[in-house]
Amino acid sequence: MNTEVKIAGVTFKNPVMTASGTFGSGMEYSDFVDLNRLGAVVTKGVANVPWEGNPTPRVAEVYGGMLNAIGLQNPGIDVFIERDLAFLKNYDTNVIVNVCGKTVEDYLEVVERLSDTAVSMLEINVSCPNVKEGAIAFGQKADSLYDITSQIKKKAKQPVIMKLSPNVTDITEMAKAAEAAGADALSMINTITGMKIDIHRKKFVLANKTGGMSGPAVKPVAVRMVYQTAQAVKIPIIGMGGIGSAEDAIEFLLAGASAVAVGAMNFVNPYTTVEVVEGIEAYMKQYGIENVTELIGGVE
Amino acid sequence: MAQKRKVTATVISQKQIGEQIYDLWLETKLVKNAHPGQFVAVYPRGESMLLPRPISICETDKAKNRLRLVYRVAGKGTAEFSACKAGDRLDVLGVLGNGFPVDKAKGKRVFLMGGGIGIPPMLELAKEMDEKKQILLGYRNKDLFLEEDLAQYGDVYVATEDGSVGTKGNVMDIIKAYTLHADVIMACGPMPMLRAVKRYAAEQGIEAYISLEERMACGVGACLGCVCRTAKVDAHSHVHNARICTEGPVFEAGEVEL
Repeated sequence: MNTEVKIAGVTFKNPVMTASGTFGSGMEYSDFVDLNRLGAVVTKGVANVPWEGNPTPRVAEVYGGMLNAIGLQNPGIDVFIERDLAFLKNYDTNVIVNVCGKTVEDYLEVVERLSDTAVSMLEINVSCPNVKEGAIAFGQKADSLYDITSQIKKKAKQPVIMKLSPNVTDITEMAKAAEAAGADALSMINTITGMKIDIHRKKFVLANKTGGMSGPAVKPVAVRMVYQTAQAVKIPIIGMGGIGSAEDAIEFLLAGASAVAVGAMNFVNPYTTVEVVEGIEAYMKQYGIENVTELIGGVE
Repeated sequence: MAQKRKVTATVISQKQIGEQIYDLWLETKLVKNAHPGQFVAVYPRGESMLLPRPISICETDKAKNRLRLVYRVAGKGTAEFSACKAGDRLDVLGVLGNGFPVDKAKGKRVFLMGGGIGIPPMLELAKEMDEKKQILLGYRNKDLFLEEDLAQYGDVYVATEDGSVGTKGNVMDIIKAYTLHADVIMACGPMPMLRAVKRYAAEQGIEAYISLEERMACGVGACLGCVCRTAKVDAHSHVHNARICTEGPVFEAGEVEL
């Protein structure tokens, strides 16, 4: 049985990754999960300088999911390289670094700083709904997405994944723009913008008023978007949105994703990633599937 | 730091001990590494509710692997816990956070201050601390809880907001009413109380260790949901936001901006 997948020339021992922002730099979950078992660790978004993030409350539970408005708090690229990348070097897994910025120059600075590091791929966060400047502004208009993607591609030494926002009219237009600009892969979906109101206090539950929704309740939306996008572009897709089990992950693979990422469900069950790896193997055995790649886009 | 785990614990007993206040004993080996002021995160079973509820450790019986949680029903998740009976099972993530620095009280006069649902962690702390303790408890009204448990470990003073028992007012009013003195404070309670403790400690020039709370998601330091403002640049993100679940929940009062 072969669980390997290849994305933009990078080999992954299995198609299971972590979704950026839900797994820290891996350190926080290394008590629960052997990181060597994962296809990749995708790290929390990092900018050129430290970011404070948003005021609290930053998280809220909603039916079948959660909202977050962290606002990309991060220590900046210097600390990230010194501490987080140094930690991840101890593990036999791919490291994908999620990169954020307020201006194109911010992104380019981080991308350049990572050029001589042992990072397998870059995931460009142009879809965080919780920061006012940059980020989402690049991810909701096809021409700005095209522009930032092509500028990053000129500088990047590693393959570039563009992380797409679901908060657009037609995600396939965004996917096509990223592909046309040279993106090597797509990851989708980032969170869906939501809101929760405390009716007793007549106040927004999150200090930021809006937050990004994730968790099992968003999964059908994510599966649909992965399927549509897989029909529209040739570059590989990393699918995510509410994955909490191997069954969920296999849905994404069948819809056309080449790999999957576990996000909010890490909070529900810190062992989810490894259980998904094992569950995919069990499914392959049950149906006599030799290569996990046979599942990709396998829906009829 | 001891390894964190998610385990299934068995309910030993549960009873209601106040208005919306429940007293739950669980059997779990997590208790072996538990330290006063740390917390566990308890998962609701309803699948519509995803996130674990952080609850402070009230008391442990390490020989019997028993963990006591005293919590207030604040929503659907805790309402579900309150219906648990002996033999039921609950998934628990723990043990989490740093806990109170018990050693900082060595040879000193101590105030243990608890307000409302901030009282429970004072019990394990009082048990683990050898020094003579002045235990100051603030309640809304005569609906007291845990005051008898705490009386085994120190001199208990009670304040109630409506004046129905003890000093009228809050824990700070107890200090005035009895002209009490301490060299170090350990406290948990609502934000206005913690602000008053911080101000008092600064005026007196003494150390105060306060336990904070915030909406949490992961409980293990990954999501950065539960941060508090810090006076100095924090060790993790190098901004001014420490993670309450990991660097906290207990902070020296001067370290944090409330």
